Amino acid sequence: MNIISIKNLTKKFGDFTAVNGISLEIDEGEIFGLLGPNGAGKTTTISMLATLLDPTSGEASVANNSITKKDEVRKSIGVVFQDPSLDDELTARENMDFHGRLYRMSGNERKARTDELLKLVELDDRADSLVRSFSGGMKRRLEIARGLMHLPKVLFLDEPTIGLDPQTRRKLWDHIKQIKKQGVTVILTTHYLDEADSLCDRIAIIDHGNIVALDTPEKLKGILGGDIVTIKVDDIKKMEELLSKEKEVKEVRNFDSSLNILIDDGAIALPKIIQLAQKAKLTVSSATIKRPSLEDVFIHYTGRAIREEEGDNKQTIRAMKGRWR
Amino acid sequence: MDLGIIYTIWLREIKKFTREKPRIIGNLAMPFLWLGIMGVGLSATIASGGNYMAFITPGVIGMSLLFTSIFSGVSVIYDRQFGFLKEILVAPASRTDIVLGKVAGSATISILNGILVLILGMLFGGITIEMITPGGFLLALLFMALISAAFVSLGLVIAASMNSMEGFQVIMSLLVMPIFLLSGAFFPLDNVPPVMGIAAAIDPLMYGVDGLRGALIDVSRFAFYTDLGVLAAFSAAMIGLAASMFGKLK
Repeated sequence: MNIISIKNLTKKFGDFTAVNGISLEIDEGEIFGLLGPNGAGKTTTISMLATLLDPTSGEASVANNSITKKDEVRKSIGVVFQDPSLDDELTARENMDFHGRLYRMSGNERKARTDELLKLVELDDRADSLVRSFSGGMKRRLEIARGLMHLPKVLFLDEPTIGLDPQTRRKLWDHIKQIKKQGVTVILTTHYLDEADSLCDRIAIIDHGNIVALDTPEKLKGILGGDIVTIKVDDIKKMEELLSKEKEVKEVRNFDSSLNILIDDGAIALPKIIQLAQKAKLTVSSATIKRPSLEDVFIHYTGRAIREEEGDNKQTIRAMKGRWR
Repeated sequence: MDLGIIYTIWLREIKKFTREKPRIIGNLAMPFLWLGIMGVGLSATIASGGNYMAFITPGVIGMSLLFTSIFSGVSVIYDRQFGFLKEILVAPASRTDIVLGKVAGSATISILNGILVLILGMLFGGITIEMITPGGFLLALLFMALISAAFVSLGLVIAASMNSMEGFQVIMSLLVMPIFLLSGAFFPLDNVPPVMGIAAAIDPLMYGVDGLRGALIDVSRFAFYTDLGVLAAFSAAMIGLAASMFGKLK
């Protein structure tokens, strides 16, 4: 069963096309990942599905309602935004309660659901503390709990683990897997490949507003078929030329001042590659063999790596808030 | 209209207010200075024309309502910058209800503040308890509510059209200060030059202060229903404008 279906969805901001006619079906109960670098169009896509942005053209439905029926869609989704959206002058419980009221839940329902969810994200012992005193990871967990408050069918998570330390991220992944077990469909955006790999049932790789690949993480990695041998060599250009003439080499890419060579059975191929280099009087300074990762798949499709950009102006705004209060 | 949503937004405002005790003191500091320095100082200078302290107490209430209300509306910019507004905007709630909730919450706080300023004015000896009739007091509350509703909404309109607090100083000096100074809070507008008289006539707070004066000390330029009518019309227009601008907000 499709819980989300997207047809030719497009969003333009002036001349800039943020989302370029994507089509996509998402099954009920899966964790679906939108993977791509910053500015690829992930957040814009989610904003349109969450009815916060109107598409320029194309259509989409969420839980059997067209996204033009805003209130219907809003009732059936929970959203955790990329930037924090808690009121940090209220307690965790009050944030949950406020949300429940906005979604017209009864008092008993709100109380029961708050207790249940705060326990799920392990914040039950901090229920009555002001959110201001929470760490980044705790705030994220609370936001996820709040997004689930009104029993949505679909939960959108926009970069749920951005800026969190590795340990906290892993814990959050466990929580997200728990949510799936409750039957909620989870749509998440991420530019962390390991996150997409370990969490998602299916992944759409998005670049420049287009879906360039869509499959399960395993199949995506299988697309490359074989091993990746990465070598550092003193004359990269020449080595690349030599390798591209070899029949066994499926793909060779000059990347990050080393060569990524896609080839069957890397363990047997590596000595041959080194021999080839020596014949041409080239020196191989390092070599590694690995199974293709999603990173390699991403490079394969887009020709570049996903890089994290630290462009956060929240700090300055926070300083301003201090000045005005 | 969904009273549940309005109540929810109202409740948040009230909860946050009761949690910030220093704000109550902060809100009273400026009225205290105006009454204590301007009021006392000018009372000592103006020999004729009766009780200046009684004259400016409604003016100071109006001023205080103007500043707390505008700032409360504009503070939605913080909700925008800190993301909380998104939580509200993605909920299945009408934008009008959200604006009405915000107006109700901020107006409640402003009225409370107005009553405290009135008590302050009594302590300074301007208005005596005998001067206030129950009807007059209720009418004063009504004027306070309308002044707050009007300027909270104006603040919301400003917040919806500004992206940061950068421009707030400009708004303060080009919009809020003229509204305050032309309202007749501190001097009678009866003998001012025509240009100033016209400017004051289009100042909505002028009708608010005049109405408060009529209700509290039985001195006013216009009949109370004129003041009430102008102010109510202005409030309704501002609430409508704020709701429509929030509807377009992303």
